[in-house]
Amino acid sequence: MKHVTRLAASAALAAGLALSAQAAAEVKIGVIASTTGPGASLGIPYRNVYTNLPPQIAGQPAKFVILDDGSDPSTTVKNARKLVDEEKVDILLGPTFTPGCLAVSDVAVEAKIAMICLAPVVVPPAKMPWVYSIPQSVPVMIAGVVEHMKANGGKTIGYIGFADGWGDLVLKALEATAGPAGIKIVASERYNRPDTSVNAQVLKLIAAKPDAILVGGSGTPATTPHIALKERGFAGTIYHTHGVIGADFIRIGGKSVEGTIAPTGPLMVAEQLPDSNPIKKVALDFFAKLSPAYPQVRNAFSGYSYDAFLLVQGAVTAVGTKAKPGTPAYRQALRDALEATKEVVGTHAVYNMSASDHNGVDQRARVLVRVEGGQWKLLK
Amino acid sequence: MNFDIALLLIQDGLTNGAIYALLALAILLVFAVSRVLYVPQGEFVAFGALTLATLQQAKVPGTAYLVAGIGAVAMIVELVAALRERRRQGLASSALLYVVIPTALLGLAVWLAPQKPPLLVQVLLTLALVVPLGPMTYRLAVQPIANASVLVLLFVAVAVHYALMGLGLVFFGAEGWRTPSFVSAQVALGPMTASAQSLLVIAASAILIVALWQFFGRTLWGKALRATAMNRTGARLVGIPTEASGRLAFTLAALFGAFSGVLIAPFTTIYYDSGFLVALKGFVGAVIGGMTSYPLAALGAVLVGLLESFASFYASAFKEVIVFSLLIPVLLWRSLVSRHVEEEHDE
Repeated sequence: MKHVTRLAASAALAAGLALSAQAAAEVKIGVIASTTGPGASLGIPYRNVYTNLPPQIAGQPAKFVILDDGSDPSTTVKNARKLVDEEKVDILLGPTFTPGCLAVSDVAVEAKIAMICLAPVVVPPAKMPWVYSIPQSVPVMIAGVVEHMKANGGKTIGYIGFADGWGDLVLKALEATAGPAGIKIVASERYNRPDTSVNAQVLKLIAAKPDAILVGGSGTPATTPHIALKERGFAGTIYHTHGVIGADFIRIGGKSVEGTIAPTGPLMVAEQLPDSNPIKKVALDFFAKLSPAYPQVRNAFSGYSYDAFLLVQGAVTAVGTKAKPGTPAYRQALRDALEATKEVVGTHAVYNMSASDHNGVDQRARVLVRVEGGQWKLLK
Repeated sequence: MNFDIALLLIQDGLTNGAIYALLALAILLVFAVSRVLYVPQGEFVAFGALTLATLQQAKVPGTAYLVAGIGAVAMIVELVAALRERRRQGLASSALLYVVIPTALLGLAVWLAPQKPPLLVQVLLTLALVVPLGPMTYRLAVQPIANASVLVLLFVAVAVHYALMGLGLVFFGAEGWRTPSFVSAQVALGPMTASAQSLLVIAASAILIVALWQFFGRTLWGKALRATAMNRTGARLVGIPTEASGRLAFTLAALFGAFSGVLIAPFTTIYYDSGFLVALKGFVGAVIGGMTSYPLAALGAVLVGLLESFASFYASAFKEVIVFSLLIPVLLWRSLVSRHVEEEHDE
């Protein structure tokens, strides 16, 4: 008798499981993160979000298939093919570095699978309708600097940046946004990350007498021209890019970076945001949800990972039962739903996608912060 | 450009040039004595700067453990060599150099670091910690293949460069450090004001260069080094131990590197991999000196510093291009005026 009940119970359970599986098939999400190689310091926080999220999306069971590409674009492509052909994933998240994103874009278009790049990359949606990239573009960030300058009556700006791709990107963004705002770029200088002296460039900048100076650097090397400018008595405002946000910049810069203004994603100063900002709630929620398992969750990269997850969640909800996961129809539906994303609040931005915009962020994705008393404070 | 700016650029160029000169001399010395193009010279600059920066935070620098670790490896290599040759002679001095001194230094660093000793003590401790890495590098990487061709030695030097850079990342971390200025005063020099720190760098480099010159000219060891540099076989024939000469050359190079690091640390943020580019500019200086003449190498390095400073002012985006392009006309001129010397003449 006992046996029979147990048998009946397990049969019922099995039937129930089969039923629920039919109701909501598992959504497979492929993740490519550079958790080894030179991009590892970024790739690891990107990945850790997915290893710590519950295996569920919009009430449906979900599975994250995570592969490491060793920061090598050719491995990224191999991984993408493996995820698409063998794992039959429904959507790709990552890679976590720009060259990898560019390399995988072609695979995504060819295999007809949507991908959300977690590193900034500019691809025309008309040509690559399957590719999305969510980090704020450099012009969005630099526009904040230009706006702030204009509001404070600045007319001329000097630029000093890395003699590399990053320095170029920032300068181009500055050129594109400063002109329309009526701000003139009066000097443009370059330096290298390991330079022992930037005094010559600084002298030239100061000789041009700009109202403010933008430093197109990142991390602690961005302090080198800043300290030299202060030593030579530059009194105007010194702006930086979002590449410097972090405690190390202030550790190296010390007193001389006091008053620095830089743009950043709202995530970095979530607690200081006004309650009226919808991003505040999402960001704090995100910290609360992940910090027990992953205490270092407070970083920009993990934020992008979570935002990509939220976007996919929105798309999965929108698709609902219109198609079955694991089929080409489902992949197509997910892509279309992503493109129709409206007002999805993330930790970095409020996302609005369209056929012509696969980045989806606006000025709400940026706040200005200032160094006050050795801390990054939200500039109100 | 006005007169003031020109003076400031010259001051900046001379300061950097003085540091490049130290490195140029070290590279030249090592090349002359051991025929190794000393690529890892820059690592000693970074180690010197980072060790001082760590000491200033009252922490035990990674170099203390590094010296003890590499010393232990060198001792093992020495023991194996002694066992194979069935000799006991020399083991005591090796044990002293590779085990006793590094362990004592480690103890000293652990004891001194938390007490925040005065700056001079910190600098001396930094030099004491970094310099032993020079002879250890020689023992481990160069001595076993001291008679190999210049090309093989160059490859080994590149390998040592990467190994030391990797160790730098492990022991100091990826973030950079900057030390406060030794002296913060401004000194009025006729029409211009110079920062006392720059003058200190120029003076310290000059003193070290003069000391090296005196060492070469007046001491037995200095003369032995010169003899080895001129003709290794001849030097060996008259009883100069070439291994000891090599070790001495690497020790001096490490001293110059670490000292440059200490001097440069207040000017800029130093990372574990910063040294390479700095040393490369010293190398350009040494090439201008034809890899033979010490005064010309020092002058060349100062010229590199000045050129860099003015290039930064006029065309900062092309600064490195301008500095390294200088090599091409210099090499052309050198190859035209100097008579060709067979490189491997003593083999």
